[in-house]
Amino acid sequence: MDSQTETVALREQFETAGQQKEASTLGMWVFLVTEIMFFGGLFLAYMVYRRLFPEVFWVASSSLNKIIGAVNTAVLLCSSFTMVLAVHAAQIGSRRAIVIFLILTMLLGGVFLGVKAYEWNEKFQEHHVPGPSFHLEHTTEQGRAQLFFSLYFAMTGLHALHMIIGEGLLLFLLFHAYAGKYTPAYYTPVDIGGLYWHFVDIIWIFLFPLLYLIGQH
Amino acid sequence: MHEHIDSVKTYAFVFVTLLALTLLTTLVAEVDLGPLNVAVALLIAVIKMLLVALFFMHLRHSPMLTKVVVCGGLLWLLILMVLTMADFVSRKWLPVPGV
Amino acid sequence: MITAAVHEQATYLNESYGIKSWLLTKDHKRIALLYLATITFFFFLGGIFATLIRIELLTPSGDLVSSETYNKLFTLHGVIMVFFFLIPSIPATLGNFFLPLMIGAKDLAFPRINLLSWYLLVIGGCFAMYAMLAGGVDTGWTFYVPYSTSYSNGYVIATGLGIFIAGFSSILTGLNFIVTVHRMRAPGMTWFRLPLFVWSNYATALIQVLGTPVLAITMVLLICERSLHLGIFDPARGGDPVLYQHLFWFYSHPAVYIMVLPGMGVISELVSTFSRKRVFGYKMIAFSSVAIAVLGFLVWGHHLFVAGQSVYAGLVFSFLSYFVAIPSAIKVFNWTATLYKGSISYATPMLYAFGFIGLFTMGGLTGLFVASLGIDVHVTDTYFVIAHFHYIMVGGTLMAYLGGLHYWWPKMTGRMYPEGFAKLSALTVFLGFNLTFFPQFILGYLGMPRRYHSYPDEFQVLHVMSTAGASVLAVGYVMPLVYFIWSLRYGAIAGPNPWGATGLEWKTTSPPPAHNFDETPIVTTEAYDYAALEVAKVG
Repeated sequence: MDSQTETVALREQFETAGQQKEASTLGMWVFLVTEIMFFGGLFLAYMVYRRLFPEVFWVASSSLNKIIGAVNTAVLLCSSFTMVLAVHAAQIGSRRAIVIFLILTMLLGGVFLGVKAYEWNEKFQEHHVPGPSFHLEHTTEQGRAQLFFSLYFAMTGLHALHMIIGEGLLLFLLFHAYAGKYTPAYYTPVDIGGLYWHFVDIIWIFLFPLLYLIGQH
Repeated sequence: MHEHIDSVKTYAFVFVTLLALTLLTTLVAEVDLGPLNVAVALLIAVIKMLLVALFFMHLRHSPMLTKVVVCGGLLWLLILMVLTMADFVSRKWLPVPGV
Repeated sequence: MITAAVHEQATYLNESYGIKSWLLTKDHKRIALLYLATITFFFFLGGIFATLIRIELLTPSGDLVSSETYNKLFTLHGVIMVFFFLIPSIPATLGNFFLPLMIGAKDLAFPRINLLSWYLLVIGGCFAMYAMLAGGVDTGWTFYVPYSTSYSNGYVIATGLGIFIAGFSSILTGLNFIVTVHRMRAPGMTWFRLPLFVWSNYATALIQVLGTPVLAITMVLLICERSLHLGIFDPARGGDPVLYQHLFWFYSHPAVYIMVLPGMGVISELVSTFSRKRVFGYKMIAFSSVAIAVLGFLVWGHHLFVAGQSVYAGLVFSFLSYFVAIPSAIKVFNWTATLYKGSISYATPMLYAFGFIGLFTMGGLTGLFVASLGIDVHVTDTYFVIAHFHYIMVGGTLMAYLGGLHYWWPKMTGRMYPEGFAKLSALTVFLGFNLTFFPQFILGYLGMPRRYHSYPDEFQVLHVMSTAGASVLAVGYVMPLVYFIWSLRYGAIAGPNPWGATGLEWKTTSPPPAHNFDETPIVTTEAYDYAALEVAKVG
């Protein structure tokens, strides 16, 4: 059974299954490095403007709901936990467990996205969207306040886009897992799917304190 | 080609720690530590990142090349940030008329 | 009888026919040819814009086109040449074709991603062409804000999107090359037995993977700013246009090393083969390639010297910019030492190599002038800078690309190009190039600004020389287009190793079979082992 999966899944350009797994895993890590640099540009912009306008950033950040942010962070961490359990299930050969944990991961990801949509909607209602109808309470620096919210929407938006793509990847993995394609001899797609999901979680681990927790004075 | 399979217990322990750190960072944000607030928040975030990377992403058991790739990525992010901030931080050091 | 032998051979070209077998191929060699056709198209398109620019500059008054149109001409010339020709050029054609062959692999690590890379370049190109045909973009290839976000009436978003998509093409190629070199080398092919062309493409891949994502996010911010009016770069709301420049040049400076490093890799191969000697200082050249990739990321602020960046940051970036010249110089010294006491032949590829070494050196030296803060204040945004980078990009990269194309043409197609015409074109290119760009150093130093289409009368003589040179240069570029195509049908049949070169790619047939090697090679010798070849011949 094992060698069957191996030969079926081995692509022509590789000599051995081991080489294929190492190459695929290295490929995903290199891709994640490109994602570090991609998000990095936004983190840089955040750093520049927070340093230049600390008070306005503090006022703007206070308008975000820390509790919702923290709960959402916990939801995402939970989904990382279920994801790694899915990989573990593949490693020990439990098809049912892989499917269950992938579904749980997708559901938790869905909850996160739902909460995010709710939060964005709130921002729209409160006129905290940069543009002509923008107004933030408790500050005279309306222009600079928009910088915070531009970054808020850009960073959480890009993150959410990555989550949605992640949900797509998980769905793909789910179908294949259900069909019994993943065994202890071959579960690389689950493994590298997991790497992607955890990475998106790590981005949020930084977004939460930077956007929601800009201190008390 | 082997791999070390971590136990569910290990993952659960890491997960609980991550939740605890999330709670911690949220609570610390309520206390005024001045400039230390940012430092503490980032420190906690870095620890959480390391836990996810080392345990959930199996970086602990990955080949050296993978670890080099990750360090390389983080180093490059640092280069982008440090050299750009070098400009913004030193802008006011030389007084220029009219600015 | 030779013709019959060629028809019998199973090669990657005849193993399947039909448009689907090309558009859905996973063979790195076919993908390389798809890229070759695409970038050739973009090169000549960019060349048309260059021609219009040079014609306008024949006379001091802006009389051929309006200022607005002229702005679009130089913008489109830059965008097309940088993003759709130079960046992909050598890696996506020669790199794609020869990297797996040189390391003894059957293909790249991710063949389908390789095909996707090509489609992304084409789709990105379609967006750029749409922008061009719908009315053009006039911001300069650098898209500086706030003009590009708030005031330009051109098709900024479409062009930005095209560049964003083409950027992913580049990232995926880089990713593919990195994984391939790390994980797919044949048995015995250790890092220090790799041909230097592989080292250069590897170093280039590092830059593609680390730098291009920052260009991508910059384009995203540009598009969001322009379409949603977010304010990130809007000075009225506290935004800083210089932040845009930092983000843009963080990629675009290393991008010039993406453009030149693969060219340097080609030169190492050519210099070795055509002096029949191992490359002098192999390890130094290998390490220099990686050093250029790393140091290239530390100098971008030299594009911001007069932009409003702090003087202190300027000093740091100026200082670092001197360092990046060192590994390039090391390579030039090593190539020269390779030539010394070599058995030199003047085949066309070697003529391009000589051209590269001389012209790249001049371009590189003038880089030191502009790296100096004081001098740069005087020559920035003048024709001096234009001459500097064209010496490197055209005198350097393009010459290396042509040299490599001639060198590896017999391997890729099984046909030889006509040597007489080829030598003539090489000479034409060299003379045309110098006549075009040398006067521009003088023009710039005398104060002629870049991106201007009208100028004081006293600059006209130099501009006329430059345009005359450009016409000669154009002839030099059209000739290979004609004879390469001609050679596909009428060129002499090439054997497996027409140059008598070392390297795994020469051990397989011309053209190679679809699966590259009948058996996975086992490598036991150093690269460029010409001494062993000579011994084998005699003994």
